[in-house]
Amino acid sequence: MLSVRDMETSYGASQVLFGMTLDVAAGEVVTLMGRNGMGKTTTVRSIMGLTPTQGGTVVFDGARIDGLPSYRIARAGIGLVPEGRQIFPNLTVRENLVATAHNRLGAARPWTLDRVFDRFPALAARAGGMGSELSGGEQQMLAISRALMTNPRLLILDEATEGLAPRIRAEIWRCLAELKADGQAILVIDKNLAALARIADRHYIIEKGAVVWSGSAAALEADPGLQHRYLGV
Amino acid sequence: MALLNARNLVVLATFALLALAPAYAAWVETPFYLDLGRRMMILAIGALSLNLIMGFGGMISFGHAVYIGIGAYTVGICAFHEVTSGFVQWPLALAISAAVALVFGVISLRTRGVYFIMITLALAQMTFYLGISLDQYGGDDGLTVYAPSDFAGLIDVDDDLSFYYVVFVLLALCLWFSQRLIRSRFGMVLQGARQNEGRMEAIGVPVFRYKLTAFVIAGTMAGLAGALLANHTDFVNPEMAHWTRSGDLIIMVLLGGMGSIAGPIVGAAAFLLLEELLSGVTEYWQVIFGPFLILVVLYARGGILGFLSRKDGGDG
Repeated sequence: MLSVRDMETSYGASQVLFGMTLDVAAGEVVTLMGRNGMGKTTTVRSIMGLTPTQGGTVVFDGARIDGLPSYRIARAGIGLVPEGRQIFPNLTVRENLVATAHNRLGAARPWTLDRVFDRFPALAARAGGMGSELSGGEQQMLAISRALMTNPRLLILDEATEGLAPRIRAEIWRCLAELKADGQAILVIDKNLAALARIADRHYIIEKGAVVWSGSAAALEADPGLQHRYLGV
Repeated sequence: MALLNARNLVVLATFALLALAPAYAAWVETPFYLDLGRRMMILAIGALSLNLIMGFGGMISFGHAVYIGIGAYTVGICAFHEVTSGFVQWPLALAISAAVALVFGVISLRTRGVYFIMITLALAQMTFYLGISLDQYGGDDGLTVYAPSDFAGLIDVDDDLSFYYVVFVLLALCLWFSQRLIRSRFGMVLQGARQNEGRMEAIGVPVFRYKLTAFVIAGTMAGLAGALLANHTDFVNPEMAHWTRSGDLIIMVLLGGMGSIAGPIVGAAAFLLLEELLSGVTEYWQVIFGPFLILVVLYARGGILGFLSRKDGGDG
């Protein structure tokens, strides 16, 4: 479904990604892990066209998407839950969801406002409230719901549980497990190894802008040395 | 949100005053009030249109009066060539304003912030000097519109009272349209993009297209104000498109309440009333108006309607 090959990205003279390569297959949950500053968010930004790449290719559903404007990449079927939530605080919860909803016709079981509110009743209760009035956890639910309303074939979550209360985190992991059960392909960046291990099919570990290890959840779990060396666990 | 809060009452009162102004003008036998009310409403349409892009889209255009000038000149030039039918003049004014807004939008919307302000200012001044160079149509001196727009007896624009209510209805329609637009999905995208364009793009919204569409709609609405202004003054000149006129529109929006749908109407009314009152005190009325505006910006952010919203408890 998603195939990233030899991707190179720089911020000015400073190169961050050095031949980044990863794959996500349909229905698969894949994680991207690594210490802070290793290029995880830059990888996501580069896939989404938010940061221009200097080399390599990104192919999604058989078509090259590198070099396309970010809205076309999103329209192709990639939904992003960005780091820091980034909801629209000057719009209501309902408006946040409706304003950017699309791709409904192509989806077998499309995400609608009702379906989102069924999944996140807390949002239903705040539907008319402004985005700025939501708690951190509610904002994160809104950011995930907003991405789901674009009916993505691939959902990318960048540090979706960072800074949230354990109860909210558990709710988000539960949601991701449900999405996986529905066959949703997910690329997730997070630091919570235990939770990731429960839902992920495969892991990528990156160090200094390149993949240094990839393998199954079981393989990573069985190698404490690897976890210690690259993840500081 | 209470329906009859202070801000809604002010909007209703403004409309009521505008509706009753002709009766008052007739009662005190001062046609000037009719003239003032009509001018307020025409400029309110211009300010409403600017608010669509500035208040809701974050596009601070310092050249919005260009479209008023284009609308006015279209009527003036048509009349000069003895094309007096309003059914030709007004749609043409709207179409040309829209076309120019499309071209200017495609150029200026590639920039943001101060660069956007500067490019709209530059395009406006370019159009202003184009108007000055039109010697055939009076150049710097402008052009007298000898014949008002003719609507084949359907509307008599030459009759002060009929024309007043034509403008009144058009203002109400522009307000209704603005409200529908801002509350639509299109309006939501525009407001979201004002907050963060990149974020909106990353969710699959072609922000440029939305902003350009809003820019063209605003230019077209301002073109309508221009067509009305030409009939109101029976005269057009390049000054109508000058950047200081764009500045006046910005002041009206700020005064009434940027990002509040009806704010520009209150702002236009307040601006012209203050101009009338203060110019009776001194020729240099801007010396008093300037500090007043500074106080509004410092202590009544959100303008008159924003101030009243806070009094109501913050809704709106």
